[in-house]
Amino acid sequence: MTFQGVDYYNVDSMLSDHERAVRDMVRRWVDDEVLPIIKENYLAGTFPRQLIPRMGQLGFFGANLPAEYGCAALDNLSYGLIMQELERGDSGIRSFASVQGALVMYPIYAFGSEDQKRHWLPRMASGEVVGCFGLTEPDYGSDPGGMITTAREDGDSWVLNGSKMWITNGSTASVAIIWAKTGDLGDAKSIRGFVVPTDIPGFTAREQGGKLSLRLSDTSELVLQEVRVPKSAMLPGSSGLRSPIMCLNQARYGIAWGAVGAAVACFDEAVSYAKNRVMFNRPIGGFQLQQSRLADMLTEITKAQLLCLQLGRLKDAGRMTSGQVSLAKRNNVSTAAECARETRRLLGANGILAEYQAMRHLANLESVYTYEGTHDVHTLVLGQEITGLDAFRG
Amino acid sequence: MKIGVCIKRVPDTETRIKIGADGKSIDESGVKFVLNPFDEYAVEEALKLKEQAGGEVVVVCLGTEASQETIRTALAMGADSGVLLKASAVPLDPLVVARALAAELEQGAFDMILFGKLAIDDYGQAVGTMVAELLGLPSVSAITRLEVTDNTATAQREVEGALEVVEFSLPAVVTAEKGLNEPRYPALRGIMLAKKKPLEIKEVDLDQGGMEVVELTLPPERKAGRIVGEGPDAVPALVDALRNEAKVV
Ligand SMILES: Cc1cc2nc3c(=O)[nH]c(=O)nc-3n(C[C@H](O)[C@H](O)[C@H](O)COP(=O)(O)OP(=O)(O)OC[C@H]3O[C@@H](n4cnc5c(N)ncnc54)[C@H](O)[C@@H]3O)c2cc1C
Repeated sequence: MTFQGVDYYNVDSMLSDHERAVRDMVRRWVDDEVLPIIKENYLAGTFPRQLIPRMGQLGFFGANLPAEYGCAALDNLSYGLIMQELERGDSGIRSFASVQGALVMYPIYAFGSEDQKRHWLPRMASGEVVGCFGLTEPDYGSDPGGMITTAREDGDSWVLNGSKMWITNGSTASVAIIWAKTGDLGDAKSIRGFVVPTDIPGFTAREQGGKLSLRLSDTSELVLQEVRVPKSAMLPGSSGLRSPIMCLNQARYGIAWGAVGAAVACFDEAVSYAKNRVMFNRPIGGFQLQQSRLADMLTEITKAQLLCLQLGRLKDAGRMTSGQVSLAKRNNVSTAAECARETRRLLGANGILAEYQAMRHLANLESVYTYEGTHDVHTLVLGQEITGLDAFRG
Repeated sequence: MKIGVCIKRVPDTETRIKIGADGKSIDESGVKFVLNPFDEYAVEEALKLKEQAGGEVVVVCLGTEASQETIRTALAMGADSGVLLKASAVPLDPLVVARALAAELEQGAFDMILFGKLAIDDYGQAVGTMVAELLGLPSVSAITRLEVTDNTATAQREVEGALEVVEFSLPAVVTAEKGLNEPRYPALRGIMLAKKKPLEIKEVDLDQGGMEVVELTLPPERKAGRIVGEGPDAVPALVDALRNEAKVV
């Protein structure tokens, strides 16, 4: 009884056998183990933790990293397909995997010492260790270079002070990647990444309550007060704001794919509802207004799918630029949010229920719209790519 | 222990079937194909036997070129190698298929051969048992439990109102029923490793046997239902409709 997906332009024919096999496996897993429980967890605002070891066992964490560190060693296109299918389930499930893989395992892989990689990556790939990524601060969101979290050398330790806000997996994690300035507050080049065990004295995490979006995801505030870690906790290859941005690029790539999954889930729901709901003695799908909604959704989804496919091929060829990632994240998330909103409306009163998916996806996608660089920020990134003029600093 | 599993590529149950222009075959464009669900139970059971007793699992598939993808699925689950008996089409006649499979399996010196109890495309339910007969091996069909100790095995099958327990010696052929196990998902690492596992392709030349497809038609569309009422008050009307309209009670 697996989900059949939406594939108007036969994009499937451009996937290899193993890419399809990856997609089909995750799709089936989402049908079997995610969708049946998602509503309860969403309403309760709790993450389905029992899925963490399962996701690890199946290889979802850091799936595009090498096998020698316990990862699945997939190409980036397959990795994208995993994110797409997970987000068809719920953006919170995809967010969990994105943070674990692209924001915690990736920096350890890209900037870590061999010891750090051997110690952390296999445990994180299996899901035994959960990680979080602390960049955003209460007063520094879109402008992370302004951060005021500091790391000071003291003998053979680093001492960290500061607070991080909106941190996905923050209270669940047993390890955090904390970005902090090692020099003057005005010196963004002095930013370094630190691998910090969360049970260390001076480290506290508190879940941020009252979320109306991404409800099943753990979003927490972290406070670091005189947190003392050994010198070896620094990621030796990290250097300046560039490093966390490189992580974000990995995650944004996955988000561009994930958004397609959420959009497709909504479209599928919209089509089946439109064909079955009878009003004025005919299925509402027979009315031109609803057909127009569906035609727009299918068109935008098809465009987003093709964008992802080519983005994935570019990434696998080592030719993907950060501007291209910005374009895809910006377009696909806003497309998905539109599809969710239109589906919600097409469903009438039923559309506001958790029984259906559209409003959950709609609410979730508002977070996705904001995190990993807001829609506006990506507009300015593209603006700069086009004109060569930096809108941020004037 | 050397274990053989015979698998088939079939259309997904969820897929929308269209009849081809010749009126005798399905139009495969846009149809999603999967590993036959009953064969999944067979593959899973074979993998469990291997985990318990050691050895190797070989999957054998009679099918077209495209069946390689189906074999890779079984390899991704953990089977060690695959053989594709490549034909231009899979005949409907189970005896033709059984003969081709038996000829291949005969050379393999298998201790145990597993099938799904049926393939969900033609619901024939015949090939596994025919292969056993052709090879002169004991066979137990539609099993829901299997235990193997050295050269003997015990299998359980559901019969009308009871459970039948069958003891038999190896080598043997069994066919898997739903409930035998919970098939594993092919893990991502397994999917990548499957690409490098041996898959041998052998051309086979088959006649169509004694069965011919004359015509394929879709089942008639189901008429919309009718709500006869609500709650206990509706029971008499419902009984009446079941008795006189539907004529099922
Ligand atoms: C659910 C959730 C999970 C998150 N998870 C993490 C995480 O795991 N780790 C982490 O480090 N962070 C995380 N974040 C933080 C996220 O990355 C930030 O919220 C985001 O970068 C925006 O920052 P802000 O919320 O402070 O908004 P602000 O930067 O204050 O932006 C407010 C508004 O101003 C606009 N704006 C800002 N600058 C400009 C400009 N130059 N020109 C025009 N408009 C502008 C923005 O587009 C936005 O509309 C998460 C956020 C959410 C909601």
